[in-house]
Amino acid sequence: MNIMQAFSILFLLGAFFFFLAATVGLLRFPDFYTRLHATGKGDTLAVLLALIGLSIYEGFSFTSLKIVFIAVFMFLAQPTSTHAISRAAMRCGLEPWVKNKEKKNDSAL
Amino acid sequence: MGLFVLVLLCLYRGVFGPGVLNRIAAISAIGTKTLIILLLMGFIYHRVEMFVDISMVYALLNFIGTVTVAKYLEMSGEI
Repeated sequence: MNIMQAFSILFLLGAFFFFLAATVGLLRFPDFYTRLHATGKGDTLAVLLALIGLSIYEGFSFTSLKIVFIAVFMFLAQPTSTHAISRAAMRCGLEPWVKNKEKKNDSAL
Repeated sequence: MGLFVLVLLCLYRGVFGPGVLNRIAAISAIGTKTLIILLLMGFIYHRVEMFVDISMVYALLNFIGTVTVAKYLEMSGEI
């Protein structure tokens, strides 16, 4: 095992950790917006780390260039789709989750 | 192997999630995980140059599908 494979395994383990965190957030958070917050950021970083690790493992070639292109595309597309979904939810009138409903009404009055 | 478990956990939210929007978020998360699984399968079978094209198309389809459903929900105005 040379040093490049060690770096690639390190990147893949980091990607797996962020995928795990995003999935736990998707399962456990109380509201749609908080779930979207978890998956939108966690999945973007995890995909970026995993693709960088795989392109390091591949070495310098045309395939590795394609993997870097996928990484750039995902880095642009994932926040865009997250923003589109959350704007659709906001236009549809989905209320954000608050911790204590009565406290919110008191502050409004 | 752990990514398959995470895909199944996301599928739970996709099946039982309340409302359409939770399902769309879960399907988008499953799509990104599938992209990484496809690339890893390519490295396992030593045919990366074929699998990288498939995963590129998968990323494009995932993005376009998510944005299309979001636009449709925004125009219809109901969840």
